[in-house]
Amino acid sequence: MDEKPEIRPMPRIGDPAPVFEADTTWGRLALEDFKDRWVILFSHPADFTPVCTTEFLAFAEIHQELKNLGVDLLGLSVDSVTAHIAWVRNIKEKFGVKIPFPVIADSDRKVAGLYGMIMPGESKTETSRCVFIIDPRQVLRAMIYYPMSTGRNMAEILRVVKALQTTDQHGVATPANWQPGEPVIVPPPRTVEAAEQRLKQGFECVDWYFCKKKLK
Amino acid sequence: MACIQPDGTLAPSGETILLALQAPKTMGKLAQETDLDLFMVRAAMREFLQAEYVEQEEFTYRLTPQGLAALEGSGKENL
Repeated sequence: MDEKPEIRPMPRIGDPAPVFEADTTWGRLALEDFKDRWVILFSHPADFTPVCTTEFLAFAEIHQELKNLGVDLLGLSVDSVTAHIAWVRNIKEKFGVKIPFPVIADSDRKVAGLYGMIMPGESKTETSRCVFIIDPRQVLRAMIYYPMSTGRNMAEILRVVKALQTTDQHGVATPANWQPGEPVIVPPPRTVEAAEQRLKQGFECVDWYFCKKKLK
Repeated sequence: MACIQPDGTLAPSGETILLALQAPKTMGKLAQETDLDLFMVRAAMREFLQAEYVEQEEFTYRLTPQGLAALEGSGKENL
C-alpha cells in the first residue's frame, strides 16, 4: 500500500502561531521564549548560497531598528547547527557583519512542516523564503512568501511591522503603500447613524466609508 | 549560546546570568542587567531550572547551592 504524505493545514493569519522548541545557533529555543514581544520567524533555502547571504546581511542591518520596535528575529533552514555556525562565521569573515539573531537548525523539518515553509512545487527539501510576523500574544499576524529566486525586501517587512503596530495601537487600518507618519484609514461605520455622523467628525473623507486621519 | 556546555562547564552567557543572579531577580531585570535578549534569558532559565542551578519563587529567580558551585567551578563566583 502506498504511504500517503502527511497533509498539514497551512497556518493562517489570526491563528495562534504553531508552538515549537528547536536547536538554534544560540542553543535550544522555544517559541514561548519570545512571548510578550513581536517575533519575525523567517526561513531561507540553504546556507552558503548567495541570495540567502544577501538576506542575512540585510536582516542584520535592520536588526537594531526591529529591536527598537520590540521585534526579535529568528531565522530557519533545514541545514544543521554546524552548517549554520560555519556560514555565520563566514559572513563575519567575508563581510565583516556579525549575525545578531539565532538561526534554527530544522534538519528534521518539524518547524518547517508546522509553518508550511516547504513548497513542494519549488523544492521538496528546502524551505522557501517565508516570513511570519507573530505578535506578543503569539498570534500569526502576517505571512509573506517569496520564491527561492527572489530576495526579500527589508523595507516592506519593516513597513508591515509598523503598520500592524499602528493598527493595534490606534484601532485603524493602513492604506496601500502606507508609510509611518502618513494618514491612516478610519474603520468604516457599521450603522446608518454612524455613517451620518462620520462626515461631521473632522476626518479627511472622500465619502462616508472612506475617511482618513492623521495620527497625533 | 546554550548556557551549560556538553562538558558541564558554563558558557560565557551562562556565567553572566548566574553572576547576575547572586541577588534574586525577575527575568526582565536579568535581561536588562546582562544586556541579553529576554528570549535568551528565558531559554537559560529553562536550562538552569532543569539543572537545578536556579530556583523560582513566583516571578523571581535565585541561585541554588548547585548554581553557586557551578560558578565556583568557573572561577567567577567572586566577581
